[in-house]
Amino acid sequence: MSLDTPPPSGAITRDEVAHLARLARLAVTDDELDVFAGQLDVILGAVARVGEVAADDIPPTSHAVPLSNVFRPDERRPGLTQEQALSGAPAVEDGRFRVPQILGEEQ
Amino acid sequence: MSAPTLVDYDEVVERFDPVLGLEVHVELSTNTKMFCGCPTDFGAEPNTQVCPTCLGLPGSLPVINHAAVGSAIRIGLALNCTIAPWGRFARKNYFYPDMPKNFQTSQYDEPIAVNGYLDLELDDGSVVRVGIERAHMEEDTGKSLHVGGATGRIHGAEYSLLDYNRAGVPLIEIVTKPITGTGARAPEVARAYVTALRDLLRALDVSDVRMDQGSLRCDANVSLMPRGSSEFGTRTETKNVNSLRSVERAVRYEMTRQAAVLLAGGTVVQETRHFDEATGTTSPGRRKETAEDYRYFPEPDLAPIAPSDEWVEQLHSTLPEMPWEHRKRVKAEWGLSDEELRDLVNAGALELIEATVAAGAPSSEARSWWVSYLAQQANTRGIALDALPIRPADVARVIELVAAGELTNKLARQVVDGVLAGEGGPDEVVEQRGLKVVSDDGALIAAVDEALAAQPDVVEKIRGGKVQAAGAIVGAVMKATKGQADAKRVRELVLQRAARE
Repeated sequence: MSLDTPPPSGAITRDEVAHLARLARLAVTDDELDVFAGQLDVILGAVARVGEVAADDIPPTSHAVPLSNVFRPDERRPGLTQEQALSGAPAVEDGRFRVPQILGEEQ
Repeated sequence: MSAPTLVDYDEVVERFDPVLGLEVHVELSTNTKMFCGCPTDFGAEPNTQVCPTCLGLPGSLPVINHAAVGSAIRIGLALNCTIAPWGRFARKNYFYPDMPKNFQTSQYDEPIAVNGYLDLELDDGSVVRVGIERAHMEEDTGKSLHVGGATGRIHGAEYSLLDYNRAGVPLIEIVTKPITGTGARAPEVARAYVTALRDLLRALDVSDVRMDQGSLRCDANVSLMPRGSSEFGTRTETKNVNSLRSVERAVRYEMTRQAAVLLAGGTVVQETRHFDEATGTTSPGRRKETAEDYRYFPEPDLAPIAPSDEWVEQLHSTLPEMPWEHRKRVKAEWGLSDEELRDLVNAGALELIEATVAAGAPSSEARSWWVSYLAQQANTRGIALDALPIRPADVARVIELVAAGELTNKLARQVVDGVLAGEGGPDEVVEQRGLKVVSDDGALIAAVDEALAAQPDVVEKIRGGKVQAAGAIVGAVMKATKGQADAKRVRELVLQRAARE
């Protein structure tokens, strides 16, 4: 199979990109929906090709670079202030991130 | 669901064999989080110990804390585990806002330590060996505050508030192999295990091990199988078990609850249950998710860990004297019986006494202060002995002052009261309260002469050979000096002065 081969499954639709964007809380313009639909198609196609050659005797690759033992010393580094940390949150209360109801009533 | 009728405990263990599995989470006391340089201090203002990495912001990348891996390996070695020569972190994916990344970085099928054991000594001196399945590294989650609804619990809450200070704090999960064959003693074994593990972790100096602050947490898996069977029953996992006593109570409650369900012909539901400290009961939480639900996969942003033999060997050489060996040594040095030692350990006094001895006090005096007067004070205040606002060094100083004759035992207690009341160290309290023993013979003689002059009849008796009559004069002098005189010295002076006249 060559790189030019189209992905085996159907193309990503604009609606699917819009849905993903909503889930990821990304503001995507109309034009961008088309751009990303095309790009996501290419990515999915590439991943699908890997699936074709994967076999039981080939261990899945988790790391592309053969590194190990990459550590940092146990030293403090400056982080964010509370204000900075909460600046991107849609809702805030008492210095905390406010999130919608997680579970419904107990049965 | 209506509350089940509980079965009498004796009947439970007559009909069933309990199987335990204990999962203990311990927060490491490293300076920084597992994958970023944020502080890990308990009790900071919400969301002030966070950075782009632990908030899961785009473009941030985690890096493994070297000290945390070292602590994990030391814990593994102390638990007689094999240290894995190579292993990766994994992403545990789930949709729940306590991790802003939407996954928790954890070790899945490649834990750093496997296949060890811990020996427990029960109250009667018998030893139970608990197998350790694994110890793996992960990160703690943020703290959720559920607002609205009746109970403050997640069910029925209107919304939740998240503080991510704790998100990313290094966490070690230690999982036992199934613990079988403990019968009626299962609750006691569960408690003894968590106690032994806590002492071990404290000796390793890798964690604060404060169950009340959540730096040591226990989940108790309990199942029952018919007596004599070897096929495990369905288990439940009880969470929110926040004290050693609760570990024992939770296991015992689950045994009686499950027995009631089984004896009524029902089946135990595999689920997470929530322990209620107030009632000592458990209630159902969420149904247990299976491992597949988490869609684990190797964390691509973190390089695998491959501890060299040299590093493991070097860490091995840093292991301290184990708590049980330590106790044996203390017992011999202080000349204690098994029972005396156990009382000190159970009272939480052993380390305090040792620290007092280390500060220069004789062990007998140090023991006496901590197990009697100070234990009473802690009891009165309803707090743990080590929560009393007095340091072992203060107690050692008081003992020193008594030995030097500068304080009587009675005054010493007043000094300790002053320290407990926040008036400063022993020397400051002595100074401010004016508690020094009146050792100036001049002042004492004046007080003795005054007392003798006030009670001429007693003086006659003393002169007549009734030495015990001196007690009345000694009492008067002690009263006049507000108890700040050394009674023995006063008595000597009374006899001298009475004879002179």
